[in-house]
Amino acid sequence: MKILSINDLNNLRKRAQQALALREESSDQQSEQCCGLATGAEHLQVLCCGGTGCKASYSHKIVDNLKAAVEENDIADKVDVITTGCFGFCEKGPIVKIMPDNTFYTQVKPEDAAEIVKEHIIGGRRVERLLYVDPKTQKTVSDSKHMDFYRKQMRIALRNCGLIDPENIEEYIARDGYQGIANALLNQTPEEVIEIIKASGLRGRGGAGFPTGMKWGFARGYDADEKYVVCNADEGDPGAFMDRSIMEGDPNSVIEAMTVCGYCINSHKGLIYIRAEYPLAVNRLKIAIQQAREYGLLGKKILGTDFDFDIEIRYGAGAFVCGEETALIHSMEGKRGEPTLKPPFPAEAGYNMKPTNVNNVETLANVPIILTKGADWFASIGTEKSKGTKVFALAGKINNVGLIEVPMGTTLREIIYDIGGGVKNGKEFKAVQTGGPSGGCLTQKHLDTPIDYEHLAASGSMMGSGGMIVMDEDDCMVSVAKFYLEFTVDESCGKCTPCRIGNKRLLEILTRITQGRGTMADLETLKTLSEVIKDTALCGLGQTSPNPVLSTINNFWDEYVEHVQYHKCRAKQCKDLVTYSIDPAKCKGCTACARKCPVSAITGEARNPHSINPDKCIRCGMCISTCRFDAISIS
Amino acid sequence: MKKQEIKLACTVVKQVEEICDKHGNKPGELINVLHECQHLHGYLPEEMQRIIARKLGVPASKVYGVVTFYSFFTMTPKGKHPISVCLGTACYVRGSERLLEEIKRILNIEVGETTPDGKFSLDCLRCVGACGLAPVVMVGEHVYGRLDAKDIRKILDEVAAEE
Repeated sequence: MKILSINDLNNLRKRAQQALALREESSDQQSEQCCGLATGAEHLQVLCCGGTGCKASYSHKIVDNLKAAVEENDIADKVDVITTGCFGFCEKGPIVKIMPDNTFYTQVKPEDAAEIVKEHIIGGRRVERLLYVDPKTQKTVSDSKHMDFYRKQMRIALRNCGLIDPENIEEYIARDGYQGIANALLNQTPEEVIEIIKASGLRGRGGAGFPTGMKWGFARGYDADEKYVVCNADEGDPGAFMDRSIMEGDPNSVIEAMTVCGYCINSHKGLIYIRAEYPLAVNRLKIAIQQAREYGLLGKKILGTDFDFDIEIRYGAGAFVCGEETALIHSMEGKRGEPTLKPPFPAEAGYNMKPTNVNNVETLANVPIILTKGADWFASIGTEKSKGTKVFALAGKINNVGLIEVPMGTTLREIIYDIGGGVKNGKEFKAVQTGGPSGGCLTQKHLDTPIDYEHLAASGSMMGSGGMIVMDEDDCMVSVAKFYLEFTVDESCGKCTPCRIGNKRLLEILTRITQGRGTMADLETLKTLSEVIKDTALCGLGQTSPNPVLSTINNFWDEYVEHVQYHKCRAKQCKDLVTYSIDPAKCKGCTACARKCPVSAITGEARNPHSINPDKCIRCGMCISTCRFDAISIS
Repeated sequence: MKKQEIKLACTVVKQVEEICDKHGNKPGELINVLHECQHLHGYLPEEMQRIIARKLGVPASKVYGVVTFYSFFTMTPKGKHPISVCLGTACYVRGSERLLEEIKRILNIEVGETTPDGKFSLDCLRCVGACGLAPVVMVGEHVYGRLDAKDIRKILDEVAAEE
């Protein structure tokens, strides 16, 4: 059905809200009582995470099995099974949530579906073994609001992820979706909308943090027969997956925001540049675009006004540099994704040399809610210069891996220890890497730093897209720097010399150091070369690529010196600097390690202590993970 | 470029031409055309790139330049079971390098190569976004998570036995 007026939209919203009522009403209460059909519940909804991470653990089969069990018990009219976007708590996925009692089941397997339906949905008894156990109290927690992981979060960009069915536009409309664009088209001039975005203080979430309202204003300032709104969904930062989750869980928010942007800058064509490696996100976007067209929210005469806007999807093909806006534009034109010098900025001459406005997915996801709740509301969240929230992909050596959203200004300590549940296996926290290959490391001393654009930059890192990788005492910081340089060298487009050759030299020096062949002069060269690359590279990729080197040198100078002067790697990660040995007192001679050793470096008689031949040993670590007596050590 | 070895079947040539036509033979559609052609044929041999170049009216060198620039495009056929080891940061700090070493050792191939029997090919990728399951390895469409080097042999045996 076509929505032709604000009345139509409001009627539809009212109707759709009824379907969502079960989820909305109960979202703030903790219910002691478990609801089941036998205990008086009339209607239940089962939400199952359909994000990429949970799908890898067969969440789609859980949905199939749940639906089958519902059918089998003849209760399909009373129970809805809904696939939603990501809940964020990936560590405990797949997640199944029952409404209205808010029960949050974790690590569900397809074979658990029948039991959930029989016990909980029909019987009204929680399946205790699938509940989350608080690691601190060892007690089960049945609903997400009362888990440490969620307590300090504030979900704005992720507001609909894990709540609505991303393949049903009506559920988005029920959550005030398309109200922002409707109000803008009917009651506001483009200038007024740009002023609201400016006043909200929203800044680009892709990394650099440029004020979004200003960017829109620039693009509005150029006149042309055609203009373009581009959504940068080329999320290439390894370990960051917030853009993907938003597109998978709430694609309509991106579409609405692009339409708003189109109205503001007087453009009628939107392009989403997305990684081909994200098939699920692509599919959800396609469905959402199709539905938006059917409902008259994209296409000609949107909402009965004279405004036309439509969106097309363009595919990336795996090149990190295409996250840079000029490179992205060249890639959309069918060329190699090489950046060009700015100016001219895309606002003046972008896609096909026409004025173009490029925005990141997470930035866009904030726009509709700013328009409905107001600039003041948004500006009241966060710090002085960084407003709103930021989504982080928390991963690495941390207990609660997942996607989190916190107000700007939250400290690293709160993120790692309260939300993240601390470092895995009780190890000591060493560093957290933010901003991916363009960012740097934050250490113990930064734990109480409020996280926003300014503080991160002052600490020698950057916001980046929001990847946050936690490292513990077993991670060698020289190796980490080397890891990122390998990535940059791989991904450098090769156009400018500092990036193409400079980074390669940095990597060679780092490799030498991890092999114990570095010199103190190498450390000085690392520093100066890094500075030169930062100052002279053409685009953002090259200008930030030495950050991991500089920040590890600044924060972990001792470790670099140990590698060079004492040929020692304290994290025991650099293979050339360690030897494996077996403690004869602990070894029982079970022969398990000798059988597992891929190069037959371990010898010994059964029931007698074994030994490792260091010349043959390739330090693969297989023996350590095999040994049940903790007899093998690295020195 | 070296001498062409592969001769494409007439039907494939026709399909490639149809894909180009569908996109209006516009040079700006090159990447979309390449995506569809690779989806159709599994990889993009030199001969196919020449056909595309002719249809879109761009030099073959430009097509080749684009194909080799993007990691998603490949000029060699993949194995029946393409293996991708995630080397994203989250997987890296949880030991994905070890998994890669073990796969290389067992299959006796390097990254980017295919086993002589055509069963497996090995690649690396940066983040599938299943960081909660780190370290992960993808075999075909399936994601194997929370792996240790000692699990690799079993997975490969299982996959090989599927046929």
